[in-house]
Amino acid sequence: MRITMAAAGLAGLLVLTACGSGAEPAATGPATLRMTIWTGNAEHLSLLNSIADEYKKTHQDVAAIKFDTLPIENYTTTLTTQIAGGNAPDLAWILENSAPDFVGSGALAPLDNLVQPEQLAPATTKLWQQEGKLYAYPFSTSPFGVFVNLDLLKQAGQKPPKAGWTWEQAVAAAAAVNKESGKAGLVVRDFDYKGWDNLATVWGGWGAEAWSEDGKTCGFAKPEMVEAMTFLHKAIFTDKALPAPGTTADFFAGEAGMTITQISRASLLKDATFKWDLIPLPTGPKGAYSVIGQAGIGVIKKSPNAAKAADFLSFLSNPDNSAKLGQYFPPPRTQLLTAESLGKSNPLLKPEQLQQVVIDGISTGRVKPSHAGQAELAQTVRAQLDQLWQPGADVTKTLAGVCTAIQPMLAK
Amino acid sequence: MPDRTTWWTASRRDHLVGYAFVAPQLLGSLLFVFLPLGLVLYYSLHEWNVLADTFEFVGGENYRQLLADPNVPKVLGATALFSVGLVVFNLSLAMLLAVLLNQRLRGTVVFRTLFFSPVVVSLVAWTIVWGFLLQSNGGVNALLQTVGVEGPNWLRTGTGAMVSVIGVQVFKNVGLNMVLFLAALQGVPKELYEAARMDGAGAWTRFARITLPMISPTVLLTSIITVAGSLQVFAQIAVLTQGGPGTSTTVLVYYLYQQAFQFHHFGYGATLSVLLFVIVLALTVLQWRMRRRWVFLEA
Repeated sequence: MRITMAAAGLAGLLVLTACGSGAEPAATGPATLRMTIWTGNAEHLSLLNSIADEYKKTHQDVAAIKFDTLPIENYTTTLTTQIAGGNAPDLAWILENSAPDFVGSGALAPLDNLVQPEQLAPATTKLWQQEGKLYAYPFSTSPFGVFVNLDLLKQAGQKPPKAGWTWEQAVAAAAAVNKESGKAGLVVRDFDYKGWDNLATVWGGWGAEAWSEDGKTCGFAKPEMVEAMTFLHKAIFTDKALPAPGTTADFFAGEAGMTITQISRASLLKDATFKWDLIPLPTGPKGAYSVIGQAGIGVIKKSPNAAKAADFLSFLSNPDNSAKLGQYFPPPRTQLLTAESLGKSNPLLKPEQLQQVVIDGISTGRVKPSHAGQAELAQTVRAQLDQLWQPGADVTKTLAGVCTAIQPMLAK
Repeated sequence: MPDRTTWWTASRRDHLVGYAFVAPQLLGSLLFVFLPLGLVLYYSLHEWNVLADTFEFVGGENYRQLLADPNVPKVLGATALFSVGLVVFNLSLAMLLAVLLNQRLRGTVVFRTLFFSPVVVSLVAWTIVWGFLLQSNGGVNALLQTVGVEGPNWLRTGTGAMVSVIGVQVFKNVGLNMVLFLAALQGVPKELYEAARMDGAGAWTRFARITLPMISPTVLLTSIITVAGSLQVFAQIAVLTQGGPGTSTTVLVYYLYQQAFQFHHFGYGATLSVLLFVIVLALTVLQWRMRRRWVFLEA
């Protein structure tokens, strides 16, 4: 008993000392910068490292710059756990769905010294701003398009789709592919009946949105969303144009006729054994629309090397380096957003594909849904939408249920 | 001042040696059990926003939230369902396998190895493979189709998902309990069976009246380990269902993980782990107390 008491006493003492630590002091001497990223691709890393090496040549105060790859599945969770554990990186790559949490909480330092910030396309910086200040550099702005397996469509007797095609045509072609080949028709990549925010690439055609622009009102029960989801439900369960829940199909392995995904996935088609095309999203009842996925790089305010990290970020994002990075990550700088400039670094894509999907997409695109407290919202919506993903589901009732569940969270 | 020679007595020396022996274990427990336990209790009284870097004392607010949280009853229900399903299915299958493989038959060694091998396989790898097999167009349903049965969409229906996570966990760990039961069975004196046979006892009577009481200490051990383990299930849920469909497989540990690490409510997450600690402690104490009623040699 006495030992237990002593242990409890010691634990209490350690608790008190653990909590006594305040803000970390600014570091002196050459710093080692660490940036968390989610790509583990050797080519991406070698480009980032070469830019870092160039920076170090002229900056003696930075001893090393490390790019720390965290797995994409748990990227944000790992990053916040590192911050909680007192092991925060100096710079972090941030996904669009956690942008409001990072920008709004004050976790990031404002970026005041970017090179030629006026060149950044306004559509790309919107998500990363607060009260007129930019808190992360929109490092990668990647529009969604539709990759088409022309061989599978031909086999199903379908003409190659072209820009300006409609959702009806897309579903008809996808259903034909499924009927003829037994393969999946259209795959909304990364949705898999869980990542529902990817469905923004579908409901955008109906002018629907998950929540209002100010983030206060739920949009799931609105008539345009009900119409879009009714269409999608029928396409899945009646037309069999999309693979049903619990079925996996990889477009890039030739298992599906079409897939909606970001253009940065084009690199997966380097060794494709089938003919393919990339076209803009189909038009819906509300006409043409485009959706973009984004990633920003921010400086963690808590970092003792925050000033040095911000300086490195200015270098990494300057026009020259943006152009280099543009071959993997569509840049936000307007002067780089030309078919000619992007074509140099994206040899797999044709100029008209780049113009229609990338350049037009970035200038008009809406970013995938994001909100403060996104993880909890996403989980709540996911749990409610599970009722929708079965034959005979009541679409209107399920969507009303989504709003009942999330409205109190949005109104906070 | 006391004389040094009288202070340094044989009994004092013995005590010191004793303390030296337990010191490493004590230090380990202190650092890795009592300290985190104390910290969790401390955090549960705070609201900790990692991103905004705020840490505020909120008193019993997190505990009030726990009582008012509409998800908690559902989560506890799913946890109870998982635990009961796992414990019943795991222990009965382990016992059945142990009794079968305790016979002097050909091939028992092969089967023992076969059933034990999943225990040494990486849990996540095992679960990922099962994730593929349980797809609606996966291996399990393909197998069912060969006998004319249309399998359900395992991971997409509430009951199917719960059955799947229980099944995946049972087949992963049943081998361990089986080996423990086998060892216990081999310790039962043969004379008892011979005597029972002479008295005309049938196979079931011999099992119920001799085997079960004789191996009851092992049954107690395995049930404590399995119950405590079942309340800590995480990887299978994270890989297979992420708590869905709906919230049907959101067990307490997964809910705790969501609150703390995904939703950044570290204070509330700590409160949920206090609840988990209390439940595990209560169940273990209950099992330990009840042992006198049914464990042979404990009366």
